[in-house]
Amino acid sequence: MPAGNFFNAGDAIRFLPEIILTIMGTVLMVLDPVVHRRNSNLFGTLSILSLIAALFGSVAAYAQAGPAFGGMLMVDGFATFFRILVIVVGILTVLPSYRFLARQDAETSEYHALLLYSIAGQCLMAAANDLIIIFIGLEISSIASYVLAGYLRDDKRANEAALKYFLLGSFATGFFLYGVALIYGATGSVNLPMIRAAVTGAGAPSPVFVGVAAALMFVGLGFKVSAAPFQVWAPDVYQGAPTPVTAFLSAGPKAAAFAIFLRIFMTAFEPIGNGWEPLVWISALLSMTIGNFAALLQSNVKRLLAYSSIAHAGYVLVALTARSDVGTAAAMFYLAAYAFMNIGAFAVVSHLSGKDERYQNVDDFAGLGQKQPMTAAMLSIFLLSLIGVPLTGGFFGKFYIFKAALESHLVWLTVLGLLNSAVAAYYYLRILVMMYMHEPSEAALKAEPLSPGLSLALIVPAIGTLFLGIFPGWVLDFADKSSSLVK
Amino acid sequence: MNLLTVVLFLPLIGFLVALFLPRSSPQASRNWAIAISLITFLVSLALPATFDRATAGEQFKIDTIWIASPEIHFYIALDGVGLWLVLLSTLLTPICVLISWRYIQNRVKEFYAFLLLLEVGLIGVFIAQDLFLFYVFWEVSLVPMYFLVGIWGHERRIYAAVKFFLFTMAGSVLMLAAIIYLYNRAGTFSYPAILSMLSNGRLMFAPAEQMLLFLAFFIAFAIKVPIFPLHTWLPDAHVEAPTAGSIMLASVMLKMGTYGILHFCLPLFPSASRTCAPWIVVLAIIGIIYGALVSLVQPNMKKLVAYSSVSHLGFVILGIFSFTQLGLDGAVYQMLNHGISTGALFLLVGLLYERKHSLEIADFGGVATPAPWLSTAFLITTLASIGLPTLNNFVGEFLVLQGAAIANYKWAVFAAIGVILSACYMLWLYQRVFFGETSEEVRAHMPDMNLREWAAIVPLIVMMVWMGVYSQSFLPPVTKATARVLDQAQVNVPFRVQLERFRAATARERSAAAEVARAGR
Repeated sequence: MPAGNFFNAGDAIRFLPEIILTIMGTVLMVLDPVVHRRNSNLFGTLSILSLIAALFGSVAAYAQAGPAFGGMLMVDGFATFFRILVIVVGILTVLPSYRFLARQDAETSEYHALLLYSIAGQCLMAAANDLIIIFIGLEISSIASYVLAGYLRDDKRANEAALKYFLLGSFATGFFLYGVALIYGATGSVNLPMIRAAVTGAGAPSPVFVGVAAALMFVGLGFKVSAAPFQVWAPDVYQGAPTPVTAFLSAGPKAAAFAIFLRIFMTAFEPIGNGWEPLVWISALLSMTIGNFAALLQSNVKRLLAYSSIAHAGYVLVALTARSDVGTAAAMFYLAAYAFMNIGAFAVVSHLSGKDERYQNVDDFAGLGQKQPMTAAMLSIFLLSLIGVPLTGGFFGKFYIFKAALESHLVWLTVLGLLNSAVAAYYYLRILVMMYMHEPSEAALKAEPLSPGLSLALIVPAIGTLFLGIFPGWVLDFADKSSSLVK
Repeated sequence: MNLLTVVLFLPLIGFLVALFLPRSSPQASRNWAIAISLITFLVSLALPATFDRATAGEQFKIDTIWIASPEIHFYIALDGVGLWLVLLSTLLTPICVLISWRYIQNRVKEFYAFLLLLEVGLIGVFIAQDLFLFYVFWEVSLVPMYFLVGIWGHERRIYAAVKFFLFTMAGSVLMLAAIIYLYNRAGTFSYPAILSMLSNGRLMFAPAEQMLLFLAFFIAFAIKVPIFPLHTWLPDAHVEAPTAGSIMLASVMLKMGTYGILHFCLPLFPSASRTCAPWIVVLAIIGIIYGALVSLVQPNMKKLVAYSSVSHLGFVILGIFSFTQLGLDGAVYQMLNHGISTGALFLLVGLLYERKHSLEIADFGGVATPAPWLSTAFLITTLASIGLPTLNNFVGEFLVLQGAAIANYKWAVFAAIGVILSACYMLWLYQRVFFGETSEEVRAHMPDMNLREWAAIVPLIVMMVWMGVYSQSFLPPVTKATARVLDQAQVNVPFRVQLERFRAATARERSAAAEVARAGR
């Protein structure tokens, strides 16, 4: 690669979303002491504006699609898909946060700044084509998320969540870094296409070496996407973290982690696919099964959704197991659908839970359908989508994943996965039952009317969920087009 | 404008508008629901009027692309079986609106919205010719029914609703897997295209493959029918549902299963269907007799009618798996009959419940004195359900038994026991409820039918007589369609048998050649 033009204007444009987010994050940090406390809606609005700017930045970057910084970044359709996804997740996280932060009397700019940094890290992950950049993106995203999880510093559970997340997360990152080091030692490169070339070409390193490296990276990434057997942190962290942050964690970092998962395993390690397929197969099945069956027993909605999130990671792993472009496209589509439905569901939880998140039990949803029909209807859409009922994005995503799996002759995984999704229907139905078939509870009676920001944070994902279910073509075409990664 | 599309989309528009009607005025929702469902019914009457009875193929076909990749079409069309099932749905929806007029006082707007959405799903299932579209409608019809049972049902409604949802869901995910598998093999979701590929040999299944695919489809349908021993959700759902829910569930929703078996299982997997037929017939006969015996001892009227459904649906399955023209015709006719007469039974039981707020047979007695017209309507329905000649069920049961006798005489003998038992439990029910001493309580609570109730029951009684006296109005298109099913179920078999023979022969030749070569060396 030509070393002469290592940095140029084109590269800057391809790096635009990250630049915007980092600068705006820093601006927000600096603004905090300057701005009057009571006027803190400003922070939220500013961060939404920065995210919208970053959205345009990603589109501009896509117009200049191609490698940047000597191949360290690869701005292609795949990267742009995930950049837009994590930025939209960011916007949908900030919207319900206004009310939440006001309620907790914790309106500072650092919340928004951390969110922007985390998203910048995820954008970097989406576009990274080099293990070092991947690692940097992962760390930026993770460290900001650790702090966000413990953002309510007076809350014991939030502290526990943050500490647990931080310790286990660092541990997992260590595994990942080990893998990177090994693969660098084996192939002499951290660039994904070059690793691929080294693994397949003449004088390839010992397969054991490469295999161990791949396995170590799998452990690290498996943790980040909360796939079994590396899922144990997820329920505690999801339950303890402030609800908008939980929503964010379950959608943004997860999507970005899957982006690098796909990028690494479908480019660098694709040639040794026969080796890692059984591992991912088992992990997919374990994630689905553990997630769904554990969720059956939960009474806390956040915890329930945490286990459901593990199960959904399993579905995406099924798409990875398919090891095909269709599988990659299916994973991309599913992550988009999942982001909408999950963030919407968490927004309702956040709305209902009240000050200090008192109401988080399934029972607290009782009678919501009578007291707030609009909120209940939105949550119904999200839940039906999580179940996988047709005309929702969740159904089409699942359909597309299992279609890819069957194309790759993964008959048993498909059957077990689909049966799993029937089991899952039970715990989502429990919430529906509570909302519509019981008399209003204290929580439903006390629930405030929807604020404009929150309404938007519900309506946008609801429309997105239905749109992906009824007219999936538009997103699907883009995913299909960008699923063949640069190799 | 395609007539079928109008029939499908009218209730959908009705549903969407119903969502935005004011919550404060339940009367507006009622008026809207009755208006839109009546209009749908009247428009759907044009379907049989313009249906070309001379051809067996699909009519009112519309085929536009919905999703480009994977290629999914909005492909709907009507054949002779779907025609009557669609009419059954459009006829029963306004009746259900009428019957819920006073009974539903709570969350009226949502009730009628769900009822209309249910109608969309049900019509869609019977007209979808794209497998993906079929699955979409199949699942879409599940959601409103779940809410109808769960919100407006009786005491154990939640248990019943969840059980209903999970049973159906478990079956349908397997069907989804099979549909995707079919797509990956055939490269299309279009059902007619897959059938033509099967018949010209461009698509073939190995026997084991065919068997698994057949089972995946069949179990989904069997749960819906329901075939013994998968029927346990049915008594719960029927008993707990509000009257309108019971009617739609029994009259139309169960037909989704039998229609599916007839429309998909037989033509797609003929040899697997034939292999399994004896086992399925045994289950069907067990269902017939078991359902009847359980009905006999039910103290609860609604449960009695629910178990009688298990028994009646057994006849339908028996007819389908007799693989005879008469049996198939009878099965379809019996589907329609059961829709009309069991719908009417649930309706009348609902009227009794509205008056006395009880479903226990023991709480009634002597109802005929204060409510003679109600009793008359119930009597006609009872006789129809038993299978009295000149009323509808007789025609269907006769055809099924005849078809079964052609296939295997013993089947007909055992199934006929069910007919006798049905007379026992229905007449005994009638006797206990309508005759005997009229207690003071019954007299006080039992006004005769009012105009609205008349309007709901009369169309059904007219249909019972019409279908019993002049079945020729209905049967010819059915015969055309079932003949085609039989034809497909036959055409696809010998071809594959030949092919397997051919394969076996070539394999033998090859091994013989190898033998010769080895000997030569």
